[in-house]
Amino acid sequence: MFGKGLIQGLGVTAKNFIESFSKPERMTTVEYPEQKVQVQENYRNFPFLVFDEDPANPRCVACKICEKECPPQCIYIEEVRDEKGKAVRRPAIFDIDYSVCMSCQICVEACPFDAIKMDQVYELSTQDRFEGLLFHKEDILKPNDYFGRIHPTDAKEINLKLREAADKKKKADEAKAKAAAAAAATPKPPTA
Amino acid sequence: MNPEIFIVRFPEVQYHRASDSYIIPHKYVPEVVAFLKEHPDFRLDMCTCCTAVDWLPETNVTKRKVIENIDGKVVERIEEVIEEKPQFLETVYHLVSVEKKHGPFVIRIRTKDREDTRVPSLTPYYRGCELQEREGFDLFGIYYEGHPDLRRIFMWEGFKDFPMRKDYVEPDDYEYEPTPHDEVLQKAKRHYPSPTP
Amino acid sequence: MIAPSDTLMPVTPESRAYSVVPRENAAGHQCLEVSLGPQHPSTHGVFRMDVVVDGETVVKLKPVYGYLHRNHEKIAENISFIGSMPFTDRLDYFCSMTNNWAYALAVEKLAEIKVPERAEYIRVIMAELTRLINHTCLVGFLLNDLGAWGTPLLYAFREREKMLDLLEAVSGARLMCNYMRFGGARCDLPQGWVSKASEIVNSYDRFLDEFETLLTGNEILIARTQGVGVMTAAQAINASITGPMLRATGVDYDLRKAAPYGIYDRFSFRIPLGEHGDTYDRYYLRILEMRESIGILKKALAEIPEGPFCADVKIRSFKTKPGEVLSRIEAPKGELGFYLISNGGPSPYRYHVRPPSFINLTLLEDMCLGSKIADVVIILGSIDIVLGEVDR
Repeated sequence: MFGKGLIQGLGVTAKNFIESFSKPERMTTVEYPEQKVQVQENYRNFPFLVFDEDPANPRCVACKICEKECPPQCIYIEEVRDEKGKAVRRPAIFDIDYSVCMSCQICVEACPFDAIKMDQVYELSTQDRFEGLLFHKEDILKPNDYFGRIHPTDAKEINLKLREAADKKKKADEAKAKAAAAAAATPKPPTA
Repeated sequence: MNPEIFIVRFPEVQYHRASDSYIIPHKYVPEVVAFLKEHPDFRLDMCTCCTAVDWLPETNVTKRKVIENIDGKVVERIEEVIEEKPQFLETVYHLVSVEKKHGPFVIRIRTKDREDTRVPSLTPYYRGCELQEREGFDLFGIYYEGHPDLRRIFMWEGFKDFPMRKDYVEPDDYEYEPTPHDEVLQKAKRHYPSPTP
Repeated sequence: MIAPSDTLMPVTPESRAYSVVPRENAAGHQCLEVSLGPQHPSTHGVFRMDVVVDGETVVKLKPVYGYLHRNHEKIAENISFIGSMPFTDRLDYFCSMTNNWAYALAVEKLAEIKVPERAEYIRVIMAELTRLINHTCLVGFLLNDLGAWGTPLLYAFREREKMLDLLEAVSGARLMCNYMRFGGARCDLPQGWVSKASEIVNSYDRFLDEFETLLTGNEILIARTQGVGVMTAAQAINASITGPMLRATGVDYDLRKAAPYGIYDRFSFRIPLGEHGDTYDRYYLRILEMRESIGILKKALAEIPEGPFCADVKIRSFKTKPGEVLSRIEAPKGELGFYLISNGGPSPYRYHVRPPSFINLTLLEDMCLGSKIADVVIILGSIDIVLGEVDR
């Protein structure tokens, strides 16, 4: 019969239409902004700097590796210099241009100190195309607990790793202090 | 696919060992292509990829120890070996056989130098090179003789110079760059006041 | 000494093939030159075609490229090897996993890195998922061009969303995954991913059955696509057409069987072939290819072994041996290749992408001559182009 394919197709659309009122897998609309889709744990969007306790003391040491490796070159770093002009290992300026950043995560992979991580913010609209999307150090510094909330699995691993490294360093420092104290306590052998 | 047959038939073709490919002089191109398409051992009927490469002149100076025997005395001397690589542009074609399903056979066609870049085109034999040779003309400046419709493809008409050449100097008109680095920072400083607060 | 310039060859009617507009047709009526311009809902991106029509019949068609040219190849010459991996995502922006794989394959051949087993399975799973995504979207967009106002497209998008959620769970982003690294993948599959993926793949057959009931027997689809845009096998091979377009003309050439890469030789799947080389064959071939991909996915998801997901390769200051390589894979749109020349330094000396969509457009004019403008839109839709790849 001519038209059989058309009628079968209309049957499919009718089924979809009727089921879209009852079956959850056909009801795919999420009414944003009243309802929001829960983002997955691995979702990444724009980087942020991590600090452990004090925002004035982030993990970042301004080594500029992320600035060099960034493919679209959206990071700009300047170190803090003390009165003599020597570089202190902290960033004074850490600008990321969010309008250029493509969230590729290469800065995160390149950082040897776990100082820069990927955030999950996506509600960043502003009305200023240039200054509104140029994020400075104060805007992107976030605590380690926040990182633990958004990426729990990664945070667990990294916290473990850092704690082990800190423990090892503390033990090495203690051993050195003990050896120095022992050397000072024993009297020097009399010289002949 | 046995390259021996090819080398025996065309002794004028040079074998480039570093890249396992064959450099074909301009006047033998029609014969070589006809041979590769029709010989029952090759039957290379599809040109998969046609690219252009820009080789800038290079001078490699390496030191080499030379041991000589002068009047019965053994003398060691350090000699400088200067290797000059010339400059030219070349087109690389990867030919593949769909009938026999064997892999890429690479041929290279070189221009004389960077000024006179006329090269015979393979479009009359392999239609698939048509768009890729237009790209080679647009971005490198290689002039394919025999191409039916050679004109700029990505750059707009009236664009001067060839962007993919290694000695291309890009124009200086920069838009506002919020996070400039290195040379871009130097250029930006010339046009705008200091970008950092 | 001849310096090539913009005004090219001597102007004869055959050579300046672009600008000669036939002013009058056989009956003495004037022909009309229409620009199916860059801003058009059916040109799949910023793509322009200058079409000369006699009434409604196409007499000449010249495509204009370059509206999305971002000079990806020159950027790659100035940036490190790993730095151009995120840019390869943006070539064929529907299928970022296969683009990444092709580039990683090229660099691995140059640097002679061996990829562990689990990583190979992960790569095959991601590539076949991408093939499902791409073909589903393509059928949706083709039907959209035909005039089915969005119904098949949105059904296709609903299935695609499930798979994009899978990709997001693995790599962090839905489209621009940046997931493959030299020697494997960036990170391991999370807990429970394999079972979620198996669920979605097992229910895909039912979705395809519903999709086919809606579309394949539809008389309007058959009448508008059969016999339209015919291409012969000899024309296709000479014009370097690859992928589903070539197989629709009846030529048995699929890189997964002809020049296997990865671990494709362990999977047994069939290659569907067309007969007539028209638009209906290209559409139906893609539905059959999707069914074969589901078979590969089921086997790979069941057999994936434990082990390391990446070889031990450092990312920063990565150098390869000097040499050149062409890597070829069967991307969903055709044969995607990366041609790399390295001189041992931190960035490639020459980096070239062999784009399937760009080369498949060679025969656009030949297929469209003599058809109506409405057919031009359908033929372009069935070639399956993505402008990110055409213009790079």
